[in-house]
This record gives sequence, structure tokens and C-alpha cells, in this order.
Amino acid sequence: MPDGMGLELVVAAAMGGLATMACYALGGRSKDWLHGWRALGWLVLATLWAMGGAAFAARFTRGLGAVTHLSDTFPWGLWIAFDMLGGVALAAGGFLMAGAVYVFRLERFHSILRPAILTAYLGYLLAVGGLLADLGRPYNIWHPIVYWQHRSVMFEVAWCVTLYTTVLTLEFLPLLLERFRWARALRLVRAFTAPLVIAGIILSTLHQSSLGSLFLIVPQKLLQLWYTPLLPLFFFMSALAVGMAMLIFESTVSARAFGRSLHRSQITALARAMPVVLVPYLLLRVLDITWHDGWAAAFQHPLQGATFLVEMLLLLVPTLVLLRAGWVGNAKVAFWASMAVVVGVVLNRLNVCWIGMLPSAEIPYVPSWREIVITVNLLSYGIVLFGLAARYLPLFEEHD
Amino acid sequence: MTTALRRPIGRRGLLRFGLGLGSIALVGGRKVSAFQAPDRMEAGVLVDLTRCIGCRACENACRVRQGRSGLPLAGLGYGPGEGRLSFTSLTFVDQRVVERHGQADIRAPVKRQCMHCVDPACVSACPVAALRKTPRGSVVYEASRCLGCRYCMIACPFNVPRYQWDSGLTPKVGKCDFCDDRIASGLSPACVSACPTGALKFAKRWEVLREAKARVGSHPERYHSIYGEHTVGGTSWIYLADVPMEELGFRTDLPDQSLAALTWRALSKVPFVVIGVGVFLGSMLRLRQREGRHA
Repeated sequence: MPDGMGLELVVAAAMGGLATMACYALGGRSKDWLHGWRALGWLVLATLWAMGGAAFAARFTRGLGAVTHLSDTFPWGLWIAFDMLGGVALAAGGFLMAGAVYVFRLERFHSILRPAILTAYLGYLLAVGGLLADLGRPYNIWHPIVYWQHRSVMFEVAWCVTLYTTVLTLEFLPLLLERFRWARALRLVRAFTAPLVIAGIILSTLHQSSLGSLFLIVPQKLLQLWYTPLLPLFFFMSALAVGMAMLIFESTVSARAFGRSLHRSQITALARAMPVVLVPYLLLRVLDITWHDGWAAAFQHPLQGATFLVEMLLLLVPTLVLLRAGWVGNAKVAFWASMAVVVGVVLNRLNVCWIGMLPSAEIPYVPSWREIVITVNLLSYGIVLFGLAARYLPLFEEHD
Repeated sequence: MTTALRRPIGRRGLLRFGLGLGSIALVGGRKVSAFQAPDRMEAGVLVDLTRCIGCRACENACRVRQGRSGLPLAGLGYGPGEGRLSFTSLTFVDQRVVERHGQADIRAPVKRQCMHCVDPACVSACPVAALRKTPRGSVVYEASRCLGCRYCMIACPFNVPRYQWDSGLTPKVGKCDFCDDRIASGLSPACVSACPTGALKFAKRWEVLREAKARVGSHPERYHSIYGEHTVGGTSWIYLADVPMEELGFRTDLPDQSLAALTWRALSKVPFVVIGVGVFLGSMLRLRQREGRHA
């Protein structure tokens, strides 16, 4: 038995138990939670969480080298590319809705404000969870608060993650306080709504763009299809687009899953707004690559050329579709367009952090199965927590 | 042993060079780095590859200095592309195959280690200042501060920082520290002290540069290229070679500007974003509140 195998088994068993409890709670604590397809769901979730727990334990007993396919010339992999960059981008709907409702007073969005904030919170959970696995010394995660180094983009990123996660906690808190009827605490948190929302928007603007700024330091490693001094701007613009896409996605899926009526006016407004960001984004990207003579790279590196093309099409096609007056009002069209944008922007993050960096690596990186298991685990925690919140917290109730 | 380059300069030469360097610092200082011009106190090493015989005494000395066993006597050699930097191998002698004097397949040994940049990308990237550039010119790592984000490894244009991938709880970054404790007490780095042919020479960086140019000037037929004067804002280790540097595995496509300046361009705008977005949102909030009251 290899070292630490015992710990892996213990954590796996604990996570399996947790999955069982989650399934029981999600099923409404009724007796039929083990019947039919629910039993299959439980089996899948328990297996997944047990495997994730074991992988997580192995990472700390045997080191990153034994669990991941990271190497000295490719030190960032799936956890940074998908969990961190993707998770934060998918969370952009939170600050968009908070701004729309509290600053711009667009009342029609009130009913998706809470799901949007919860999704943002879960997106950051994905990012922080990925970090805890990825950081070599995660117990030092608080060091940027005391050891300042203002020339580092990572320093800015660390502060933004810390502060915005705090803001999201406070924005999410009313759901818990309402549920447990803590009136006085609720009044206190509500009094700070406006400054919190403004702080959240400033922090999000900084954080979304600074994740792009991280890659400004690798002009010789990242392919010209993605490397540009405009990376921070592009990360911010695409975050706006994917934020709106996530809101359409959430609104549609939760309407179906929880039997709510679809707010068509919300979806149409978001579907109309998406091209407003995506048209200038795509134009700027193309002009920028032309300006830097980056197109040759697409032909020298066929893999990167292909993933670049897929990324662009996943953003361009929905933009063109949503620009057609007859289609933008169709909820089904809007849903599929937003799905494409979500996949497109996530692919953009994978391209910048992973595929576009491959030509500079000595050993080409492909994530290990344990890396994938941990990422899928973090995603599933988010989905389960969303389901639990929908069942037990005033997530969809019309509040003041 | 370190005085060989330091002494025979002569006062006049020193003055002339100082003035020259001063004017370079005045005129070109901004180009070298957004933050600092190379300090005259910073140490440097001249690696004259035309004098290297590939004996790997430097590599051996580095291992011994780290408290590891010396290189084994048997099986000393490794083939082209087989050696590499690692968490424990902070320097090694790379075996390159080049064409020389019309003859193909010539082995060319190239010592590799941290270049100790004048304005290091890794130092600018580290969020907690676990990596820093000392006044002596060395780039050193302090493990107790490190959180293991590995952004230094991403940032380094030479792929120097290596990771302790097999440590579960306390992985460290491994990189050459220029034998900082030795140069602080007036010694030269272990590898330089061990070099039997004078291929490695330890001095101040500005002296190293002057020596490199003097060698090229007196024997232009012997040298092809000099590396490290301007690359990414300049490095403390300067290489001389008789073949093009890219044939020896050096990146010649790197900018002359320090990479830290690239991220600083974005970072320096943070205060304006905070103020701009804050003022915009604040006034929008006010405006909407007033509208609400009138309605």
C-alpha cells in the first residue's frame, strides 16, 4: 500500500457519505430518494465525490507531481485554466445583475438577482477550490494580505479574489438571514447594500481584467493569436458577454427545473445586450491580430489554429443570430446562443492558459484523470449547492 | 580569485567607463527598466563559451555546495538534450550540437543556470516577494513566504524556476541563488571558483560587460555573439559564443524591454479604474435615486 493510501480511503469514504446526505437533502428528505433514476444519480454522485476526495488527499500526501501532469516548463494546467479563469468568468453575471438592479434600477431583473449572485458565489467557490488544490502551499493563501508586492499582477488577483468573495458572502447573506428570520442582522446587512454593490462592481472589473493581465508577462510563450497588450480589456469584455449568457442559461434552466414561469422580457433584454459587447469584442480581436501580424501563427500551429477558429465561431455565430430582429425574441434561440457563448468564452480561457501556451512547453501538457476528477467534483459541488439553495432558501421568492 | 577582473582596470579606465555607463543610464535608463537602472554594485558572471571544455566541474561544485553528493566518476557524460535544470540541479552543462567552421555535428557545451536578470520577471510576478533581487545582483527565493502559485515559473522567459513536484505539503521553488551567501562574504560563486579554464569569470556586471566587449574587440574573428546585455532589460550573466546564440538554445526573440514593464503598464492603471468606475457608479446611483423621488 503506497504512503497515504489510508488517508485517501478515509477521505473517499467521508465524501461518499457526504454525497449520500446531499442526495437525501436534495430529494426533499422523503423516503423515495433511493428509487428509480434517483438511485442512479446517488450512485454517480457518491462515486464521483469519493474519487474526488481520494484525489484531493493524494495531492497532499504525494505531491502535485504524482496527481497532475504539470511539469517544470508547464506549471499551470486545468485547475488554473478552467476552475480559476473559467469559474471567475462564469461568475460575471453576479456583478452585472447587482449593478442593473441596485445602481441602474432595472426592476425587471429583480427576480434573477438572487440566482445570479448565488451563481457568482459558486463560480468563486470553483475558483478558490481549484486554487486550494493547485497552490503548492495553500495554507499560505493569506500571505498576500501581509506581504505586499504591488508590482505583481498575482498580488492584485489575490486581493480581488479575497475582497470579492467577502462581498459575495455579504450579498448572499440575506438569503440565510431571511430563512432563519434574523431580522436585526438582516436590516444591518441591507443598510450596506449600495456600497457593497459598488465595491463588488469595481472589484469585478479589476479582477476580470487582471486575470488577462497575468499573461502580459509571457509574450514569448503565448501564441500571437491570443497574446496582445489588450488582454485585460478582452478578458473584461468577454466576461461581460459570458455573464449575460450565464444569466440567460440560469433563467431558462431554473425555470424548467423548478417549475417557474419563464421571464421572457428578461431573456430578450439580455439577448439584445449580448451583441452590444460581442460585436466590438470580435472586431477588436480581429483587428488586433491583424495589427500584430498574428495570423501566421494559426497556420504554423494547426491545433491552436483549430481551437482559435472554434472559439471565434462559438462567439461569432450567436452574435449574428442574436442580431436578427426576428430571432432575438425567441427564448429557445436565446438559450442556445447563450450556451454557445458560455462554451466559447470558457474555450478562450483554456486557449490562453493552456492550448496557446503548449508550443513553449518541453513536455506537452494534457490533464491527468485526477485533475479532471477534481475539476468535475468542484463543478458538481456548485450544482448540488445551487439545488440545495433552491430547495431550502428563499432563492426564487419575490422579495422587496 | 575574484580580483582578476576587478584590479587591472586602472583609475582612468574606470572613470571613463563610469562616465559612459552614467550617460547610458541617463539616456537609456528608461528603456532598460521602468524601475531601476542596473546598479554598479551588482555582480555578474562572464560565460565565455569559447573557453568551456564541458568538464562539468561547475555542476559538481554546485551539487557539493547544496550538500548533495558530487557527480559520479563513472558515467560522467550525457547526450545532447538529456541534461536539464530541476529542483535539485540548479545548473548543468547542456550538450548542443552545432556547425562550426563548416563542420557539422560539433558538440558545444553550454552552462545553464538562472540568468539573474537586472529587472527579473519572476521577482515582479511574485505576489508575496518570496523572490527578490538583492543589491548584490542575485535573485533569491525565500520559501517561508511562498504560497506556491508558480507564477514565477510562468513569467520567467528562460524557464529557470523549477518546482518540488513530489512534496505534498511544503513544495519549494528551486533556482540558482548566485551563491548569495558566498558573494555577500566576498567570495565568487561555487561554480565560478571550480572552473579550471577561465570560461567563467566573476566581477561586477558592468565590468563583465566591458570585458566581454574588450574580448570581442580584440578578437572579432573568434566571437560571433554576446548575450545578456539588453535581453529582457539585461541579465547579470553575460554569454560570449563563437556561433549564433539561437543555435546554442538561447531565445533571441525576447524583447530588450524588461517583461515586468509589460504587466506594470496594466497594473499602473488600477487606481484610475477604481476611481473612474467608482465615480460613475456613485453618480448613477444618485441620479437614479433622485429620479425615484420625483416620480
